[in-house]
Amino acid sequence: MSDDLLVRWLTLAGARVAAARERLTDLDAAIGDGDHGINLDRGFRELVRRLEAGLPGGVVAGREVSAVVLEGAGRALIGTVGGASGALYGRGFQRAGAALLGPSADAAPLDGRSREERAVIAFGAAVDAIAALGRATTGEKTMLDALVPARAALEAAVAQGATLPVAARQAAEAAEVGAEATFPLIATKGRASYLGERSIGHLDPGAVSSAILLRALADAAAEG
Amino acid sequence: MIALALVGHSEELLRALGAMVAQAAPLVPVVTAGGTATGSLGTSSPGILAALRVALQASAGEGVVVLFDLGSAALALEVALEELADLDRERIAVSDGPLVEGAVRAAVEAAGGAPLAQVCAVADGERATPKLPPNWPDRPGGRPVAR
Repeated sequence: MSDDLLVRWLTLAGARVAAARERLTDLDAAIGDGDHGINLDRGFRELVRRLEAGLPGGVVAGREVSAVVLEGAGRALIGTVGGASGALYGRGFQRAGAALLGPSADAAPLDGRSREERAVIAFGAAVDAIAALGRATTGEKTMLDALVPARAALEAAVAQGATLPVAARQAAEAAEVGAEATFPLIATKGRASYLGERSIGHLDPGAVSSAILLRALADAAAEG
Repeated sequence: MIALALVGHSEELLRALGAMVAQAAPLVPVVTAGGTATGSLGTSSPGILAALRVALQASAGEGVVVLFDLGSAALALEVALEELADLDRERIAVSDGPLVEGAVRAAVEAAGGAPLAQVCAVADGERATPKLPPNWPDRPGGRPVAR
């Protein structure tokens, strides 16, 4: 993934999250504590502010600017979202950045990899990190119900030689299908699990916001 | 003396709990991390991390027992703990006990000079301590099941 695309994606994601703020908050009010849109909007505003300011250390010298951008994005979300989604998305972005640095500081295992392959590695690390921190898997009415199918779609598309705009579009579509499929599920994680069967018949706000982020990625990639 | 770090979603709730704990054990250092950086309801890993560091210092290196409330508090706490150096993290014990009862119980134990593991153990033990007295009248829905 190029650094330029990364910045365009995160900026567009911020705008999309702001536009979806009320919708996400309404979804969360139905089965959670009613702050997902407000929280995520606050986090992405700070993230975009830091991007515009050049992130920590400015636009740094060195090979892996994208790793620094992702780490900084994660740090911004962890510091400002103030909910489970902040820790989860934040950790996801941080681990995506770390994955681009490879297994050790002086190794350069990703040199020569295509941006498509790098996207697969980074996104896979993010999804793994979110699943690990949340102790969650698919079918529990969480953001993983959007992220896991998106990851599979991204990997499959890249394995078949798709370019990043095509692969990202397929990932976004898979995420949207996955988010819609949370409607009949019983929540077993997070505040929504308190509702038990009453959580049936609502979309999971985290899955919906994950789909929004991936659609922003697809649209940003399509422009480039 | 062991210090307490109280973590939760509401600054007001945590401040009031800090006062309750101080009443029970005035000499025990208590640090709270309630709410987000902007003062809204929620949890904040950077805020928790700062509180842990203050609590470690206040304990003069003896250790810190952490109690927390529901939902994202555990996630935010986990992210904060990973930011600490190993030596600091080893002196922090996270209790699975209930926030209010566990905090007061732990503070009293800490005030008696108990070590880290013991203070954490009594806070954990509050999970299984019945709150209703044995002769409590029957209620609609029946008596709570003893654990």
